[in-house]
Amino acid sequence: MSLLGDARLVAAKDLRLERRSKVGLAQMLPFALLVLLLFAFALDPDRGVLDRATAGLFWVTVLFTAVLAVQRAFSVEVDDGVMDSLRLSGLAPAAIYLGKVAALVVQLAVLEVVLALGVVVLYHASLEGWPLLLAVAALSTLGIAAVGATYGVVAARLRQSSALLPLLLLPLLAPVLIAATRGSDVALGREAGGGWSWAALLGVFAVAYLGLGAALFRPLLEDT
Amino acid sequence: MPPASPAVHLRAAVALLGRFPALAGVDLDVDAGEVVLLHGPNGAGKTTVLRVCAGLVPVVDGEAEVLGVDLRANRAAVRRRIGMVGHASGLYAELTVTENIHFWARAAGVGTADGQAALERLEVAHRVWPLPVHALSAGQRRRVAFAAMLARRPELWLLDEPHTGLDAAGRDLVDGLIAEASAAGATVLFASHELERADAVAGRRVHVEGGVAS
Repeated sequence: MSLLGDARLVAAKDLRLERRSKVGLAQMLPFALLVLLLFAFALDPDRGVLDRATAGLFWVTVLFTAVLAVQRAFSVEVDDGVMDSLRLSGLAPAAIYLGKVAALVVQLAVLEVVLALGVVVLYHASLEGWPLLLAVAALSTLGIAAVGATYGVVAARLRQSSALLPLLLLPLLAPVLIAATRGSDVALGREAGGGWSWAALLGVFAVAYLGLGAALFRPLLEDT
Repeated sequence: MPPASPAVHLRAAVALLGRFPALAGVDLDVDAGEVVLLHGPNGAGKTTVLRVCAGLVPVVDGEAEVLGVDLRANRAAVRRRIGMVGHASGLYAELTVTENIHFWARAAGVGTADGQAALERLEVAHRVWPLPVHALSAGQRRRVAFAAMLARRPELWLLDEPHTGLDAAGRDLVDGLIAEASAAGATVLFASHELERADAVAGRRVHVEGGVAS
């Protein structure tokens, strides 16, 4: 099979696992909605702050939930000797990586759609400037998934992976958070300026990390 | 005509697990088509020998060649030609038997029909095919793991305690599969504590102790 064919195989498997286990539905989504709700309660007295912080709060929520998604994506590979089977399978590490990224993108995209509805309801946001918003969301999601899949495999092989992964991921995703927030603010009309420049930056980040992740995944997958 | 190179060639092979010298200089030659039993006490390094041959554990000193591939140069290169059944099942617990077999067959580049044929060969009852692997007994999981390996038609079989968890019929089945594989030219290297049963299948024994083979 080709690289893309193998990646499709891995992505389909991950999505099937998610559909079967419903971890996203049962854990990640409630967690994300709870975070949004808590922010709404905490900042409600001052509606001005909540309005200005909508985009930032949305993307912080996505990042926190993405950590859970990445942890889950790799914990299924650690259980029961599956990681060895994967290494022995003959699948190209780059294909495994791209498949993992694709599955994460789908899961995060579903999450973001639900969260966006939550933001509209809880924060009374209106989704103006949706083409820019869509571009920012798509590219941010790709960047988050690309970074997550790269470092998820590192953390999965370590004992305290659940504690280590956020420490690895969140600092690296800071540029995504900043660019996504600024781009979203422009799209929502809360800030003037070049929203598409922020989208372009997100695109460069995503492409760079996709390349890096695909190249690094082989040594990261192997025992050291 | 020069003699064919052995399927497995380890000479003074040293492998580390962290800083621990799991193999402290193993010499092992296994010819193509041979069935060789590794035996020794717990912690002797039998599993590590198998994992080294699979390219899962790097050799840091000495020589290591499997199916003509120098593992010190590229230990991933040989993996498609190897099949391994270890202590863990290597199966996705939340996927069904069918989904697991299809995934691992397609990952190995073989058809899903080969995977299903392997399940039939391992006498995995049809009624469990739609069940998630976590719902199976240990013995049933082992049969499915074997089937996933069998479907790949590997040239080298690496089996770690292959009879564990299997009923009497399953053990006989595994012995039959090993004999068939050897007759077809595959090489089988397996670790076992069940020496009487293993000796009936193996052509010879290699004792492993303290990370050294003799």
